[in-house]
Amino acid sequence: MPEILKGSLGPEQQFKKYLSEGKFMIQKSKSLNQFFFHPRVAFPGSGERDLEWLEASGNGVVHSTTCNRRLPEKGGDFNLSLITLDEGPRMMARVEGIDPDKVEIGQKVKARISSLKGEPAIIFDVL
Amino acid sequence: MTKNDINKLRGKTAVVGLAESGCGIAAGWSAMEIMANSVHDALDDAGIKLSEVDGVFAATAFHSMAAMSLSEYLGIKPKFADGSQIGGSSFLSHILTAAMALDAGLINVAVIAYGSNQKSIGGFKTISEAMPYEAQYDPRMPVTAYALAAKRYMYEFGATREDLANIAVSARDWALLNPRAYTHNDGPLTVNDVLSARPIVDPLGKLDCCLVTDGGAAIVMTRADRAKDTKNTPIFMLGAAMEHHHRMVSEMPDLVRTSAIDSGRRAFEMSGYLPGNMDTVQLYDAFTINTLLFLEDLGFCKKGEARDLVKNNNIGPSGKLRVNTNGGGLSCVHPGMYGLFVTLEALRQLRNSSGDNVGSRLDGGWIDNAKLSVAHGNGGVLSSQVTNIWGTAETI
Repeated sequence: MPEILKGSLGPEQQFKKYLSEGKFMIQKSKSLNQFFFHPRVAFPGSGERDLEWLEASGNGVVHSTTCNRRLPEKGGDFNLSLITLDEGPRMMARVEGIDPDKVEIGQKVKARISSLKGEPAIIFDVL
Repeated sequence: MTKNDINKLRGKTAVVGLAESGCGIAAGWSAMEIMANSVHDALDDAGIKLSEVDGVFAATAFHSMAAMSLSEYLGIKPKFADGSQIGGSSFLSHILTAAMALDAGLINVAVIAYGSNQKSIGGFKTISEAMPYEAQYDPRMPVTAYALAAKRYMYEFGATREDLANIAVSARDWALLNPRAYTHNDGPLTVNDVLSARPIVDPLGKLDCCLVTDGGAAIVMTRADRAKDTKNTPIFMLGAAMEHHHRMVSEMPDLVRTSAIDSGRRAFEMSGYLPGNMDTVQLYDAFTINTLLFLEDLGFCKKGEARDLVKNNNIGPSGKLRVNTNGGGLSCVHPGMYGLFVTLEALRQLRNSSGDNVGSRLDGGWIDNAKLSVAHGNGGVLSSQVTNIWGTAETI
C-alpha cells in the first residue's frame, strides 16, 4: 500500500490550500471518470483511490434554498443553499448579490471565492 | 454458511416497563438525575429489581459515554452496554441491539434510557461537532437542514406552507387531550397561527419546529419467557430495522426521500404486518416536514401525496389515521432527542387498550382496541432512520 500520509496534505487541507490560492478544485476518479464532493481520500461508496484534482467550472444550479432569519445586529438574514455543480456533485454554499429570500430552486449560479470568518469561502452569484 | 434469519427476533422480546420523568421544565435536576429517575420508575412499573438489570443502553447530549455513566450512577455492573449515538433515533436502534443481546442470552434484563435538562439550563443542547464544508456558512442546525428539505419538497410536489401547518394543528389537537403534554393548556392552533409565527429558517416558522423542553424516559426489555411474570402487560417487538444514507444534509442523496423507505420496509417485513394494519402511528416530528416525509416513506401513501392525507385534520383525534397521539415533538415534549418518547407513546397506547393504567387522557386521547403500533425514529438531519413495530401478545 502506498504511503500517502507523508509529505502531502490531507484532502481537506489541500482543498483549503487551493482555495487560498484562488482555485476552486474538486476531485475526480480517473478510472470512473466521475467527480465527487466533499474532498475525501477515496471515491465514496466504491473506494477508488486513483484521484486527481481538477478546477471546477464554477457553474451550478440551485437545488434547494433557505433564508436564515437573524437579528440585524448579528448580521441580518442570510441565504443558505445547496448547489448542484455542473460536474455533478452537490455542496452547501451561500448565494449572494440578491435578497436572501429571493433565491429560487433551478436558478443558474456561478461560483467565486470570497471569504467568511477570515477564511476563503465559495460563494455563488445568480447568473 | 447458512443465512441467519433476522426474523427469528420477531416476538422474542418485550417491553415490560416504561416511564418518563421531568418532562417540561425540571429546574434543579441534572440530565443524569432525570435519566436515572426514569430508570427507577420504569423498573417499578415492570416489577423488576435494579439488581436484575444486566444490559444498559443510553445516549444523551450531555454524556460522551452515556451507558457507562448511567450504569455507574445506578450502581450496577452490566454484562452488555451500548451507548451508540446516531441522534434522536438512537434508542430505537438500542431496542434492536437489546433484542439481539437478549435473544442471544448475553443478558436477561435491559434498560434503555435518556435524560435532558436542556430547557432549564438555557435551550437546545447538542454535542454535535461542526460539519466540515458546511460550518463556515453558519447553517442554523438542525433547522436549516429540515428547511432545505421542506423547500425542495414544496418545489417538487407543489406543497405549501399550509400543508405543513396542518401537521402542527393536528399535533396540537392531540396534545389538548393529553394532560402530560407541555402545551395541554395552550389551546388549539389554527393554520394561520402557524403561518404567522416568527420565521426561523424559511419556509419553517417557530410553530413548524418542535418544542424545547427538559425530560427523560426509560423502558425495560426482557425475553418473552421472563415477560410472563411481570406486573403489567408486556408489549412485544415484532419488527425493527435501521438505515442511514448521510450525516450532513449536503450529502443527502435525495432531499425528499429518506432512508425510512428502507428501515420501514424491512421492519414491516419482519413484523409480518403492513402499514395499513397499524392502529397507531408514532413518528419523530422534530419539524412539520418530518411527518409528511415519514408518512410517505413508511408506506402510508405514495410519494408527494401526504399533503392530501393530512388535510381536514385526518391525522388528528377526529381523523382516520392516528398519528402522534401524544401531541408529538411539536406539542407534547421534545427534550433534544425525542426517540424514546415516540416509543413510549406507541407502547402506552397498546398497554392502555390492554387494560393497564398508563395515565389519563381526555375523551378520544386513547385509541380503542389498539393492538399494533409503529414507532419511527429520526436522527441527525433526516439522517438515521429506525423503525420499530410493536404488538400485543395476540399479534405475535
